[in-house]
Amino acid sequence: MLHLILFSVFAVIAVAGALNLLIQRHPISSALSLIVVMGSLAVEYLLLGAEFVAAIQIIIYAGAIMVLFVFVIMLLNAGAEERTNGSKVALILGFPAMLAGGLLVAWVLLRAPNMGSVNIGAMYGPPKAIGWLLFHDFLLPFEVTSVLVLIAIIGAVVLASPVRSRFSRPQPEEGHQALQAAAAAEPAPHQETVTARRSN
Amino acid sequence: MTLGTFIIVSVIKIVIALFVLLTGVAYTVWLERKLVGRIQNRWGPTRVGPFGLLQPLADGAKFLFKEDITPPHVYKPLYIAAPMIAMMFAVTSMAVIPIGGWVTVAGVHTPLQITDVNIGLLIILGITSIGVYGIALAGWASNSKYSLLGGLRATAQMISYEVALGLSLVGVLILSGTFSLRGIVDAQAGTWWGWLPKWNFFQGQFVAFFIYLMAAFAETNRVPFDLPEAETELVAGYHTEYSAMKFAMFFMAEYANMFTVACLASLLFLGGWHGPLFGPTWLQEILPVFWFALRVFAFIFLYIWIRGTLPRFRYDQLMKFGWKVLLPLAVANLVITGLVVALRA
Repeated sequence: MLHLILFSVFAVIAVAGALNLLIQRHPISSALSLIVVMGSLAVEYLLLGAEFVAAIQIIIYAGAIMVLFVFVIMLLNAGAEERTNGSKVALILGFPAMLAGGLLVAWVLLRAPNMGSVNIGAMYGPPKAIGWLLFHDFLLPFEVTSVLVLIAIIGAVVLASPVRSRFSRPQPEEGHQALQAAAAAEPAPHQETVTARRSN
Repeated sequence: MTLGTFIIVSVIKIVIALFVLLTGVAYTVWLERKLVGRIQNRWGPTRVGPFGLLQPLADGAKFLFKEDITPPHVYKPLYIAAPMIAMMFAVTSMAVIPIGGWVTVAGVHTPLQITDVNIGLLIILGITSIGVYGIALAGWASNSKYSLLGGLRATAQMISYEVALGLSLVGVLILSGTFSLRGIVDAQAGTWWGWLPKWNFFQGQFVAFFIYLMAAFAETNRVPFDLPEAETELVAGYHTEYSAMKFAMFFMAEYANMFTVACLASLLFLGGWHGPLFGPTWLQEILPVFWFALRVFAFIFLYIWIRGTLPRFRYDQLMKFGWKVLLPLAVANLVITGLVVALRA
């Protein structure tokens, strides 16, 4: 009974957080709503009995990835987004299409033969079991994924590497001048954004 | 244990833990002022009470009665929420920290810990990683450049050092084979040859211990890594725009975090509450708590000592040190520990 109440409460919080993510106009508020969604998802995992996955969800998503999101938003000093009237096509076609799609998915899921209910604690996942799955049963996919992540890291390093890199910028002098010009022009846009934020 | 007793026992434990933690925080501030004073050849607080012992009470009263200024340019909801977030998560991590063995009080057999969970260490890591938001949002919501720079520095610094911190703990986890803090301490019981305790520190995790120590200094924003609030360049960093109790909450959160990392270091590397036991039964139940408190005190002392000794790092030095020294060291320690454990098995 308690589990059901907790499940419903955090399910509602997750959906409300997701909606708030779309409604909020400021990127920071949206990012914080996303953290709320991550946190309530972690509680749902915990209710299923997967305590390790719940803890990792908090550490990785809420604690690392979202911190980077917030960091980037703060660094760019992104202001509130501007509201436009939006396109009429989206209003006329988009919402009915979304509704129809949602209904279709719900109908298919409810009609599917093997759809039972999941009991509380059914996804029992202690660290040892997950470690065994990751490093024994699914070792190859795991390693391939890590290589994929490595490729992404190398790509990021190449893209962001300094001017003297031979790969990204063939003419170092030009890049250097551009950097100096950027450094000289730096204070002005910063002040501008501060005053812009103050006004809204 | 019935549900009623469980709730009563839990509430009593929470109240005691909170009281001890907050008192400890208040008197750590006193200790810090006293010790740093002595290090700098001054007296520190002497006027309020004997040895200035009532100074924390006076400070608390001052914080309560000061005017709580909210500058007009801040983003109010987050400005108010930020110190609460910082304080809340700093205190929450105490929930899974054990401070001793089992005791029997009034017929109830209970561990000296609010709750023992099998992912205790992960919970602490999760809570500390979320605690960053308090500082980051304070810096952003204050809407001033010093605060913003402080918040940015804090975020970057904590993310960078969390990696080394987490990796340094993996060696301990390999040795003890559990995430439960109580289990990790139990795995360090006993001695070699009757005198060398089987602490993880002596089981070959001394490199990990020093990595943990340095990363912990960075995580709690203490000297020599206190760049988020470097007063010589950023006024006061992320809490520049805060006053009265809101400022005090950041202050308390920092000291509560110091306690958390000190407790964690004692539990993971220095054998928790293990120590010589003697005397009658009641003394044998109390002594482990004393040994544990002694270790935590030693860490807090070290914190203050280093604050009084070392100058502040430059920001690029901090980042270089974290990524180019601590991280490779932590990975090497992990690989070697894994190899040794695998060969021994």
